[in-house]
Amino acid sequence: MRTTIKNGQIIDPSQSLNTQTDLHIEDDKIVAIGQAPDNFTADHEVDATNLWVLPGLVDLSVALREPGYTQKGTIASESFAAAAGGVTTLVCPPDTSPIIDTPSVAALIQDKALEAGRTNVLPIGALTKSLAGEQLSNMVALTEAGCIALSNHRQPMANTKVLFRALEYAATHDILVVFHPDETSLSVGGCVHEGMMSTMHGLAGIPETAETIALARDLILVQKTGVKAHFARLSCAKSVEMIADAKAQGMDVTADVALHNLLLTDDVLGSFDGHYHVIPPLRSEEDRLTLIEGLKSGIITAICSDHQPHEKMAKTAPFAATEPGMANVEALLPLSMLLVDEGDIPLPTLLHSLTKGPASCLGIDAGTLKVGSYADIILFDSTKKWTWSEQSKQTKGSNSPWLYNPMAEMPAGDLAGKVVATYLAGRQVFPLH
Amino acid sequence: MMRSEPRALQLNDQGQLKHFLTLDGLNKAILTEILDRADSFLNMGEQSVKKVPLLRGKTVVNLFFENSTRTRTTFELAAKRLSADVINLNIETSATSKGESLLDTLQNLEAMQSDMFIVRHSESGAPHFIAEHCTPNVAIINAGDGRHSHPTQAMLDMLTIRRHKGQFEGLKVAIVGDLLHSRVARSQLHALKTLGAEEIRLIGPKTLVPEFFAQMGARIFYDLEKGLNDVDVIIMLRLQKERMQGALLPSESEFYRLYGLTESSLSWAKEDAIVMHPGPINRGVEIASEVADGKHSVILNQVTNGIAVRMAILSITMSGQLQNKMTDSSGGQH
Repeated sequence: MRTTIKNGQIIDPSQSLNTQTDLHIEDDKIVAIGQAPDNFTADHEVDATNLWVLPGLVDLSVALREPGYTQKGTIASESFAAAAGGVTTLVCPPDTSPIIDTPSVAALIQDKALEAGRTNVLPIGALTKSLAGEQLSNMVALTEAGCIALSNHRQPMANTKVLFRALEYAATHDILVVFHPDETSLSVGGCVHEGMMSTMHGLAGIPETAETIALARDLILVQKTGVKAHFARLSCAKSVEMIADAKAQGMDVTADVALHNLLLTDDVLGSFDGHYHVIPPLRSEEDRLTLIEGLKSGIITAICSDHQPHEKMAKTAPFAATEPGMANVEALLPLSMLLVDEGDIPLPTLLHSLTKGPASCLGIDAGTLKVGSYADIILFDSTKKWTWSEQSKQTKGSNSPWLYNPMAEMPAGDLAGKVVATYLAGRQVFPLH
Repeated sequence: MMRSEPRALQLNDQGQLKHFLTLDGLNKAILTEILDRADSFLNMGEQSVKKVPLLRGKTVVNLFFENSTRTRTTFELAAKRLSADVINLNIETSATSKGESLLDTLQNLEAMQSDMFIVRHSESGAPHFIAEHCTPNVAIINAGDGRHSHPTQAMLDMLTIRRHKGQFEGLKVAIVGDLLHSRVARSQLHALKTLGAEEIRLIGPKTLVPEFFAQMGARIFYDLEKGLNDVDVIIMLRLQKERMQGALLPSESEFYRLYGLTESSLSWAKEDAIVMHPGPINRGVEIASEVADGKHSVILNQVTNGIAVRMAILSITMSGQLQNKMTDSSGGQH
């Protein structure tokens, strides 16, 4: 099967490419950009005039909720939502039920993802059994079963010694460890950033130190053990400085940030709307701006949706009693484009942070349109206005402040820019014909 | 990016109260109207017939998810003096402990044609949630939510200050003790700022007085003598015994020695300073008995004023809610 995507604006930061031309696909690979190869005759042509042709997005955190929490989402529903959002490779966290701490759970998720056929799914395995922070998981077996990395997710380790041993063992086998820095004795009970807004509204705060103290400890242990490390969902200005210092000392660590921490601050909390309950919390404007600077300077290499779908009732409660998390994967690109529209981040940096950047954190070959790569491609109409609504959405989650809800305090308006087609290894996975 | 001003959830289109959730965002005219009406009710308590018919035929439900006999009783008296039918529900020991959700409980009560819920809840923002998502056509009165707000208590404190000091302009007011956990203090801070007090001082150790209060327009003092110097009003806050467990304080005795109001520390304030306390007081923990019962104390006046202020708030809010419903139903024609 040969396909030519004709006349699109091809933008690929991995090749510093931004040009209007054709892209040629044979079976599952990209075979040429511009001139077609000799003897190449397309079976199928796609007119991409006025559309952007981009590498498929790589999202470092999309909770699929299956197995265990299918009232919130399923592998089928959330991988479809991801494809609709232009994501062709996603990483799913180990906090399913059962937890991804055995090869069979990792295999089950990948089998169901293959069956759904919407997007590549790379599970993260648990660093310790049951994420309890006490006994090491079967790390090698988990990676052999397809886990791209291991993490104790947001659960604390029993003590620093167990963490140290876990990192030593992972380092022995060259396994990537994903950290969610959080000193739980400081964050316990908190639901928002500790600052003026938390004080004024009487909501229990999570201080910056909960993140930075854990990050300092983790960095020391990473340096000591030499383990491959990725720091997930940084939320504080100070954390960006600490990662910059570590890199300056020659440490080869990577970091990501959740999209909502780039778009929002804690000044949305005045309405007590549980949709803004996320962990780590929305922090101050200074934190937001420093995270943006961190992306621009390459200290932070990836933006992820941190997609956490919930059923309606999970958010129907007083603020602190709601379950944390937003479900934004389906609107990842148009929402990210707000950062370009506001002049916060240049377009190539933004696209890199959604494609090659996250791929390089994982050490995988994705997020690029280079000739010879898998044809994971999206077509994006950057000017199309559309409404993301209960009726049109694919995710089972209803928990995004940008999902149109006429009853909301401030109904979200139209989004600008829409993914009009997603190809996974040359096969169109969104929309389906 | 997405910067939302908290919508005036508690006001109708004409800017009148339809719920009473927080003092944050209410202007001086509304606060003054409440105080003026409370003043007019205060004289009534002395008459033999104590009732007025402002809420006749209305059903008021006291919904207390957190126990408080004292506050509930003053609300009950206030509603009854306005001629309302009053139901008391102690939800702590009823439906929600059987697993019924807050939403279901409230919608059941709304279906029974209730007109007003007086809500006390341990979660900050719970009354906002109820007003917005559960029962928008029932007037919600916040009787204390988490650490966030206790607006009727703050208004009765404002009434007490105004009746003793005449006005707010030029007043220096000190609030002493556990600011961190105090919903009363947060509401007082909003009210004092809006009504024009000259200076609001918060006094206590750093563990109980978050620095962020300074960004809300207060001055923070860690030393009681400096903080009380030259103040007109002293508001002592109750110190919960469980604060010792959270490593916030070493002991009651050390707190009392450093921040307790005694006859000698009272002498640092102005000679005609008044002493207030939202109650119930811990004698010998935050305040000495001689001061609580002394000539500067207006603690019992606060209790009397509480009924009048709540009558004022209940009647003003109910009329704003009715106004709102009339506008809604006429607006629904097209």
